Amino acid sequence: MTVVGWLQILVILAAVVAFAVPLGAFMSKVFANERTFLTPVLGPVERGFYRVSGIDPAREQGWLGYTLGMLAFNAAGFLLLYLLLRFQGVLPLNPQSFPGLSPHLAFNTAVSFVTNTNWQSYGGETTMSHLSQMAGLTVQNFLSAATGIALAVALVRAFARSGAKTVGNFFADMTRATLYVLLPLTILTGLAQVAMGTPQTFEASATVQTLEGGEQTLALGPVASQIAIKQLGTNGGGFYNANAAHPYENPTPLSNALTIWQMLVVSTALVFAFGRLVGDRRQAVAILSVMGLLLVTGIGIAYWAEAAGTPVLAAAGLDPTGGNMEGKEIRFGLAASSMFAAVTTGLSDGAVNAMHGSFTPIGGMVPMVLIMLGEILPGGVGSGLYGILVIAIISVFVAGLMVGRTPEYLGKKIEAKEMKMAILAILILPTAILGFSSVSAVLPAALSGLGNAGPHGLSEIYYAYTSAAGNNGSAFGGLSANSPWWNTTLGLAMLLGRFAYIVPMMAIAGSLVAKTKLAPSSGTFPTHGPLFVGLLAGIILILGGLQFFPALALGPIAEQVQMLAGKTF
Amino acid sequence: MAAKAATSTFRPDLVGRATIDAFKKLNPVALMRNPVIFVTEVVAAVVTVLFVRDLLAGNPLLFTGQIMAWLWFTVLFANFAEAIAEGRGRAQANSLRKARTDTMAKRMASAKDRTALQSVSALDLKVGDHVLVETGDLVPGDGEIVEGIASVNEAAVTGESAPVIREAGGDRSAVTGGTTVVSDWLVVRITAAPGSSFLDRMIALVEGAERQKTPNELALTILLVGMTLIFLIAVVTLTGLSSYAGAAVSVPILVALLVTLIPTTIGGLLSAIGIAGMDRLIRHNVLAMSGKAVEASGDVDTLLLDKTGTITFGNRMASEFVAVQGVTETEAAQIAVQASLADETAEGRSILVLAREKYGISVPDAPQEGSTFIPFSAATRLSGVDLGSKTIRKGSVDAIRKFVRETAGREVTEPQAFTQAVERIAKSGGTPLGLAENGRFVGVIHLKDVVKPDIKERFAELRRMGIRTVMVTGDNPVTAAAIASEAGVDDFIAEATPQDKLNYIRNEQRQGRLVAMCGDGTNDAPALAQADVGVAMQTGTQAAREAGNMVDLDSDPTKLIEIVGIGKQLLMTRGSLTTFSIANDVAKYFAIIPALFVAAIPELGVLNVMGLATPESAILSAVIFNALVIVALIPLALRGVPYRAMDAATVLRRNLLVYGLGGILVPFVGIKMIDVVVSGLGLS
Repeated sequence: MTVVGWLQILVILAAVVAFAVPLGAFMSKVFANERTFLTPVLGPVERGFYRVSGIDPAREQGWLGYTLGMLAFNAAGFLLLYLLLRFQGVLPLNPQSFPGLSPHLAFNTAVSFVTNTNWQSYGGETTMSHLSQMAGLTVQNFLSAATGIALAVALVRAFARSGAKTVGNFFADMTRATLYVLLPLTILTGLAQVAMGTPQTFEASATVQTLEGGEQTLALGPVASQIAIKQLGTNGGGFYNANAAHPYENPTPLSNALTIWQMLVVSTALVFAFGRLVGDRRQAVAILSVMGLLLVTGIGIAYWAEAAGTPVLAAAGLDPTGGNMEGKEIRFGLAASSMFAAVTTGLSDGAVNAMHGSFTPIGGMVPMVLIMLGEILPGGVGSGLYGILVIAIISVFVAGLMVGRTPEYLGKKIEAKEMKMAILAILILPTAILGFSSVSAVLPAALSGLGNAGPHGLSEIYYAYTSAAGNNGSAFGGLSANSPWWNTTLGLAMLLGRFAYIVPMMAIAGSLVAKTKLAPSSGTFPTHGPLFVGLLAGIILILGGLQFFPALALGPIAEQVQMLAGKTF
Repeated sequence: MAAKAATSTFRPDLVGRATIDAFKKLNPVALMRNPVIFVTEVVAAVVTVLFVRDLLAGNPLLFTGQIMAWLWFTVLFANFAEAIAEGRGRAQANSLRKARTDTMAKRMASAKDRTALQSVSALDLKVGDHVLVETGDLVPGDGEIVEGIASVNEAAVTGESAPVIREAGGDRSAVTGGTTVVSDWLVVRITAAPGSSFLDRMIALVEGAERQKTPNELALTILLVGMTLIFLIAVVTLTGLSSYAGAAVSVPILVALLVTLIPTTIGGLLSAIGIAGMDRLIRHNVLAMSGKAVEASGDVDTLLLDKTGTITFGNRMASEFVAVQGVTETEAAQIAVQASLADETAEGRSILVLAREKYGISVPDAPQEGSTFIPFSAATRLSGVDLGSKTIRKGSVDAIRKFVRETAGREVTEPQAFTQAVERIAKSGGTPLGLAENGRFVGVIHLKDVVKPDIKERFAELRRMGIRTVMVTGDNPVTAAAIASEAGVDDFIAEATPQDKLNYIRNEQRQGRLVAMCGDGTNDAPALAQADVGVAMQTGTQAAREAGNMVDLDSDPTKLIEIVGIGKQLLMTRGSLTTFSIANDVAKYFAIIPALFVAAIPELGVLNVMGLATPESAILSAVIFNALVIVALIPLALRGVPYRAMDAATVLRRNLLVYGLGGILVPFVGIKMIDVVVSGLGLS
């Protein structure tokens, strides 16, 4: 680890917070339906959408209506994308004449983009037509992100309102998230990425003469527009197979810094918006401190593990001070690669600029664990916020009793109904990850896809289901997932991880919004300040750790201790 | 009451019965109410089957046998905790039950006719029946007196043997089944059906037999079920994962892992904590109609307290003597003493006390020979004494002015000091009492409501806990404000009518606050019903008792403060033991996980940070620790965690440190110690 490395990390994080504060203020206005500086330009567009689709944005929905609207909208999005992928062969904007996708791959991919996972069982530049990339994947990049933001806003309203029935209008929230937040940021930062060297063209490819005199075909396309929203919406599905390690998707250290910033900025701003909407900005600071504390710890562990390298590399005669550079891009180096790995999984992004499977076992365990903790550090756009609020509800319940009152969070009493739903929600991740992993670990059809034996193979299995159920989408590398078993079960894991979580979470919102907001007193459990930060961080670690420790002991932990003993797989 | 003597948790007579009950509670149908322990019982049964199989196959038995035994112990210890809590309640219930058995009632054919009586069992009475209760009779059921006045011994309910007066009409018209009429007779209209009377409910509550889970208990149980499911998933899926790694784990060991991880500690102690909370309340002579009310009292934000009896002593007391020009304070005091020697009112006595203590005047035991005492009357609003030619009077200022004028037979100029003192005292919220001798003004006695000596500190304590205190009084706003500031309450309602109280409570509730109050009169009933915690006084009316959700058998309004403390302590105990239980899992992982896999992956031995002797002893030690910690924590569960009035942040920091951090560290030590014993004895 070097000072310069840490400086890179801290500068990027500082830039995120610096922009997220005003963006959060802006977003709180957008979702309170107040006038913003963009209203003169986007107001007519917004109203146009409502007129065309026959939506009255002032008519609010209860939690069930909101959730059903969201589910219907996403189901329609899934169906459209599935059909588009199946029939891309006969549709326009297909200069390379790619055929339609197989049913299981189309299912997997459609689910993947609708759920904001963006797991890619395919290689983008060798599978997808321009139409699929632009009208299919990029559209879902926006909509899945906007869906997440809308849901988080609905939960925040449930805390902010007292004795109300409705949590907002899903269609209006989704439209506003897209128009006022995601679209302007995408245009601005997409142009910056073009300036840094990312292609944006309808050309299929360029053929160039290499230095050796051979010919090479370079895949091109509308790249910049897709990758800007891929990062801003914490989608993570790259244009190219190599994702953010590809020199066109992520050409320079500066573009790397920009993409990390893009990943973090909306989720972070949403936390600030939460503070404003519930009328207590200290609450936002506390939540963000937990996120920052654990994320920086994750970055630190990954960076330390990668910088420490492995005794095997040292034995092979490599300079031990270089650390473990296997699977990493020279232009990014250890610090930026470790940070990218932690951020992409602390969020629910899933873009990668290095191969996580080539990290040291502990270094590779960091992104895995960050997803297992619930992708709440700071998590996907919207999903991170509602995810950490659900854990906060559980933390407040456990520890809140210790002050001698019925637990309450943000003035809302936490009772049996909320606990039931919170428990249902947090059961999804271990069920999907451990359940599918356990079956896959003994199923020949699954094992044939593994690239490595021993604990590393087990890590490949964990990572795939963890990434899918957590709606992350990053891959560990090594696993060949384009087979019916993997495509189908990973698709199911993605659906469970997204929608089976959202429904109980929204039921909590419905229950909370109806409750009277209690006035705080000095007898109230304080949910701001260092004590709560420590408590929430502790519960996140203990809850996540307890669920996955036995599994991790057999995977990355076993691999690490064996590696230190000189054994590799 | 019988159980008041039960200071020790493990009284031999209770332990014997509880041990038997612990086995009876193994009945799986009953145990389903407690999901965590039910799961433990199921897996214990599974291991038992495997043990029998090994027995028949002649396989080694020592390890499986010990695991099996300790799993059953875990279930039994949890049952024992509940049984001992119930046992303590039952000891109390038995003394109550004696009063209930086989009461015969004299049912009246009509409410008017006290001669046409029919002898029926108390159990056959219906709501609305009229019964005659005469000297020596047990009151056959809860009811309202419609005719008569009698003294009633309520020791069966309150533990207080001095009889109290009960009469038709007014605020003392309720009688409780099981109490005894010791003089005169009453006609009582039965208001509660047999089995649902006050005494029946009390018995059911302390026994824990019909105990319903309270809302918070229900929510906590859901959390515990969730934790159990999470660990069930983690352990079941481990079969596939470990077989991939070539480290397949046997069923008894998986079961051991599961049982040590699921929250058996809090699962086993949860109902004991609830019963003990109810028990603690009854020890304070407060009866809650439901566990829900006990929990709600921990949440209270605002306390409505009656001024009289709670904040101040019941009566006004003399606090100073002001003398007019030409009279010394001591002289004024001496004259006041003479006027009050035969005055039996509380004000009168307080004048004597003040004179003795502040002015060192020796007060004779009896009035001088030949003196005539003039008692207070509403018409004259004066009292005093005639000593030969000397006439001394004290009384309301206007009455004294009139007395002086009439005695002197002319207008007497009022001394400036007199006028000023009267004004000053009235402004401060006190009552000025004029003092005159013959035809002249002597001075003014300052009567004031005396705030109880320690009440201000108690309110400060409450404020630290975030609880606002509101004084309710019939006094005018000036008097009320003065007492409020002296007592240190946060707010007051002056000239309070029952409607004012109700409105105040509603308004507080609209702002999201929980309100507790106590009351006794029928006109308190609406407010008692509206309050989140309504404590009715045992001396109060049936209406008040029905409206409230608690009854204070001592009829002590100050008790409200204790009730809040008990509610808080109950919730704190639950939260602390839950935190402790979950935190324990960290150490258990470090004991068991390396033990599970070290045979297949020897390098995982580095996780054995405790240096436990063998994989078998590690697993066994974790299981034993898990079982013993339940027993070790029974006294804490029954007694409740130490509770002091502090603000929430301080309480949280303290409890997190003790039960959170302690919960992580204690099992490391405990498991290691058990491992030393287990491996030392060669048990593995």
